[in-house]
Amino acid sequence: MKRAIPIFVVLAGLLVAIAAANPFFLEPAGFLAFLKRVAPLAILAAGQYFVIVSGEFDLSVGSLVTVEVVVAARLIDGDEAMTWPVLVLLVVIGLLVGLVNGLVTTKLRVPSFITTLGAMLILSGAVFLWTGGAPRGALSQGFRVFGREGVWAVAILAMVVVAAVLLMRADFGRTLVATGDNEKAARLSGVRVDRVRVFAFVLSGLSAAVAGILLGGFAGVSAQVGQSLEFQAITAVVLGGVVLGGGRGHVVAAIAGAFTLEALFTLLNLHGISGALEYAVQGVIIIAAVAVGGLRLPALRLTPSKV
Amino acid sequence: MRRLLVAVAALALAAAGCASDLPPTGASAQPSAAPATSAPASEAASAGTGAQSDFFVQADYDAQLAMRTQTAEGPADKPWEQAIAPQMVDTAKYKKDGPYHLCFSNAAVNNPWRQVGWTTMQEEVALHKEIKEFTALDAEGKDDKQISDIAELQSKGCDALIISPNTTATLTPAVSGACPEVPVIVFDRGVETDCPVTFIKPIGGYAFGADGAEFLIEKVPAGGKILALRILPGVDVLETRWSAAKVAFDKSQLQVIGVEFTDGDAAKTKSIVSDYIARHGTIDGVWMDAGATAVAAIEAFEDAGVPVPAFVGEDQQDFLQKWKDGNLTAVAPTYPTYQWRTPIIAALKILKGEEVPKMWNLPQPKITQETLGTYLQPDMPLLHYALCGCESMPGFPGKWGGK
Repeated sequence: MKRAIPIFVVLAGLLVAIAAANPFFLEPAGFLAFLKRVAPLAILAAGQYFVIVSGEFDLSVGSLVTVEVVVAARLIDGDEAMTWPVLVLLVVIGLLVGLVNGLVTTKLRVPSFITTLGAMLILSGAVFLWTGGAPRGALSQGFRVFGREGVWAVAILAMVVVAAVLLMRADFGRTLVATGDNEKAARLSGVRVDRVRVFAFVLSGLSAAVAGILLGGFAGVSAQVGQSLEFQAITAVVLGGVVLGGGRGHVVAAIAGAFTLEALFTLLNLHGISGALEYAVQGVIIIAAVAVGGLRLPALRLTPSKV
Repeated sequence: MRRLLVAVAALALAAAGCASDLPPTGASAQPSAAPATSAPASEAASAGTGAQSDFFVQADYDAQLAMRTQTAEGPADKPWEQAIAPQMVDTAKYKKDGPYHLCFSNAAVNNPWRQVGWTTMQEEVALHKEIKEFTALDAEGKDDKQISDIAELQSKGCDALIISPNTTATLTPAVSGACPEVPVIVFDRGVETDCPVTFIKPIGGYAFGADGAEFLIEKVPAGGKILALRILPGVDVLETRWSAAKVAFDKSQLQVIGVEFTDGDAAKTKSIVSDYIARHGTIDGVWMDAGATAVAAIEAFEDAGVPVPAFVGEDQQDFLQKWKDGNLTAVAPTYPTYQWRTPIIAALKILKGEEVPKMWNLPQPKITQETLGTYLQPDMPLLHYALCGCESMPGFPGKWGGK
């Protein structure tokens, strides 16, 4: 948890800066609006955390979010009665994609980077084929309420955070971190490494389904809804001090990373800086965060002896 | 160290993988007959609108604004057959006996506007018994694919070739190469050559942009705060819309508090508008260069619990429905999808030796409060574009996804 302290300091600083630039942020409605906007990314970051801490990547979540929203719109097509069946279907799709990613990575021994990159391309290609390039249909009001009403989005976010913390405190959490830290050691001490990793991918798929439901609710149907979300989720996780390659980092810090990233975007936007710069900022963050994490060890080794 | 490199490479690849290479025009796109010749940079950036676009061409602007009030020639109930100020060209040398084989190189069907148009074109083909074959290739938004599509179609024995170019400059040599082989008809976006027999387009982007801006200037009291939402900078087909709006706003008493880029993304649009509402309290008018995300922008006001201000959208059904349900003060400039009917009609005219306009300027109506009722079609899909001119076609409404 010690690694996580810097991210909370940065987050607090950003929140103060936002409040200074825009006092509306301190009012309940303003803060609720911020939470609502963070919720999808925070949930995706939690899902991505499970995969990253186990030593893998999930690059497919962005495309999966798009698939969820496009499928929902096409199947619901404005019909309120379809809301709940489709919600269930979306969760099943998320779980299934996660399961396939996990099985291909562990059983077929395809590196997760390739597996999920492939899944990303397959999913976006499938969406394109099915829709002919532009989404059809419409979401029902019953569906949209989850992403549009701030209270719902925040309640779902809170549930995800609690569930993630409980999972990490359970046996699963310990074996997951052990797997990411040292796969062989974990295997020798009786951890079913493959099963743990598959479960991590399933959780990531589930997080994409929930994020898709919130994002579709927030702004309606769009074929670009998931664009670059996998990148943002990984940035958030890294920002939270979680080590790429696995074995170290806390899920709450990963979620705080998502808050920090979104706070940073909000602040940039408040100061009239937006658009392409968001990508540049993410790029700098990801390189800096990984570089700082990597520099620490050699720095320690160099200092003694030679003086 | 290796781990770090792998991680960075992974992320770079991820970013590249999801970056779309489709043209960013969210809803529609209008041609630029003349490329980016620079404009007189006389405009002062006093109204918060920034510097004038490099794409602004005063003569085109003047011509398009004048065309808005000119009466189009042709049957009034069939605007897709009408032409504004046509200069007819003789086509006797292309005359041949039917039946005909028509070919079409399509830039893409990657947005709802193009989907509606493409459906409409196929139905137009079905109306004509003298067309024995219709070969269409979809370039999927890629210039290189469209260049090879055009070459491939020339070997298929087409009697006429219809081209909707993906981009203006890059496709020009391919179009020039096809002209000597077969009569060419270009529509939607333009090319930098006049070798096609006819170039079909609605009036254009300046008229579109000005229609929206003038509405806001009329409806919003002096000093009112305007938020302008654009898809992307640097795309000629969108720059003209904004540059015409900028000219109008600069002359007005309105205050443009922001010009933002949405990438045509609904969630981003909604977030941007929410931020502006939070920062400025009230906004008195919203101008958009395309209506595809208009509903998301309106929802930002609804969710913030403030009245929806005067709005500029487009002729998509979701916006029209919102307009009626919310009793909004709104206008919808259009870039009519009925222009997809015209190339088929033009091709047949050319092959029958009938004269056609060299520059076929179609009327480009805007939807106002008075005409909203005629264009709102609750049985059509939310992403349907009202000005398809397709209501009397045999496949309507099923082929367009309506009930």
